[in-house]
Amino acid sequence: MGAQLRVYKRRIRSVTATKKITKAMEMIAASRVVKAQRKVAASTPYAQELTRAVTAVGTGSNTKHPLTTEADSPTRAAVLLLTSDRGLAGAFNSNAIKAAEQLTERLEREGRQVDTYIVGRRGLAHYNFRERKVVESFAGFTDEPTYADAKKVAAPLIEAIEKDTAEGGVDELHIVYTEFVSMMTQTAVDSRLLPLSLEEVAAESGAKDEILPLYDFEPSAEDVLDALLPRYVESRIYNALLQSAASKHAATRRAMKSATDNAGELINTLSRLANAARQAEITQEISEIVGGASALADANAGSDN
Amino acid sequence: MAAELHVALVAADREVWSGEATLVVARTTSGDIGVMPGHQPLLGVLESGPVTIRTSDGGTVVAAVHGGFISFADNKLSLLAEIAELSDEIDVHRAERKLEQAKAEGDAHAERRADVRLRAAAGR
Repeated sequence: MGAQLRVYKRRIRSVTATKKITKAMEMIAASRVVKAQRKVAASTPYAQELTRAVTAVGTGSNTKHPLTTEADSPTRAAVLLLTSDRGLAGAFNSNAIKAAEQLTERLEREGRQVDTYIVGRRGLAHYNFRERKVVESFAGFTDEPTYADAKKVAAPLIEAIEKDTAEGGVDELHIVYTEFVSMMTQTAVDSRLLPLSLEEVAAESGAKDEILPLYDFEPSAEDVLDALLPRYVESRIYNALLQSAASKHAATRRAMKSATDNAGELINTLSRLANAARQAEITQEISEIVGGASALADANAGSDN
Repeated sequence: MAAELHVALVAADREVWSGEATLVVARTTSGDIGVMPGHQPLLGVLESGPVTIRTSDGGTVVAAVHGGFISFADNKLSLLAEIAELSDEIDVHRAERKLEQAKAEGDAHAERRADVRLRAAAGR
């Protein structure tokens, strides 16, 4: 076998192996998307009921709470960025990071100092590489987040928002995550969690025109709100974590699918090249034999004379 | 037909139980509260403790609930809890083990959690 042909054969073998791996990863991601979607759906009743309750307290009482009132001149904001622990998901992480950077820029232009909190090793690596300050980071659960993980992430944020701004607390809490729109579409979005705007919450729960009953609060409206709002933040973060996980798996599936397709194409091209090389080799051998034979014939004809 | 109310017991990651009931007893921070159909709209903070639901077909559902909220309006009652388990889902041996462990370690929080589980399991 000629050297050229051998090189082609070797490359075909290696690309075939890669294709098998990406195909397997694609299928794993596809099954995980379904699982993650199911988890998003399972967490919806809790989130909905909680949102309803928050709206009820917010509209049904005149309670002023640090988590619902806007500071007159906000000076510091916290941004929570949700990325994944692992890559191989196309532009998933860079889109989320880009969205966070745009938000940070906008907040800074408005004169706010931004504290960054990050979930996922990818985002953290991005910030560390650029030597940007990260207040706190979390990793190790982005593929399958549980409610306990959401609590862990929410705890320092709630603590920061409850503290006075002068003592290092924050006035606002923003979250950047990748919304799972469909299997094919996932968009990086940012939204403000706190301070809570009740109109937005009401619009989200679809209860805008609904007249809420006059609730009896047990033990009191303030206490209920006190207990409710941290849970609300946790549940929103949990939902964002789940959506981000589903999006990541969908993005991985898509990236791996195109990698598999590319590998297939590459194998086709390489096999054509290998065939051409083999054919060229055969042609050359034939012409060498023919050339040799006619040279011999010529030599024989010469000696006969 | 006796008046009934619709109950949804929802944990953070799933719906634990839902159905029609005639009476729900839960523990709020200011004491036990019983809700029957037609109760005035209510929103309360739950203590961790067992919740008893008397279903309209005469059965009883007991669940261990760890923190959360109770809200009632329009004859619809929702019990929201970060963690909620029905009594027959509770692993008694595991809860007993946890109780021992929590007592040994002096972890009052874990001890209370295990205790609530055991009491809910005993009430089934």
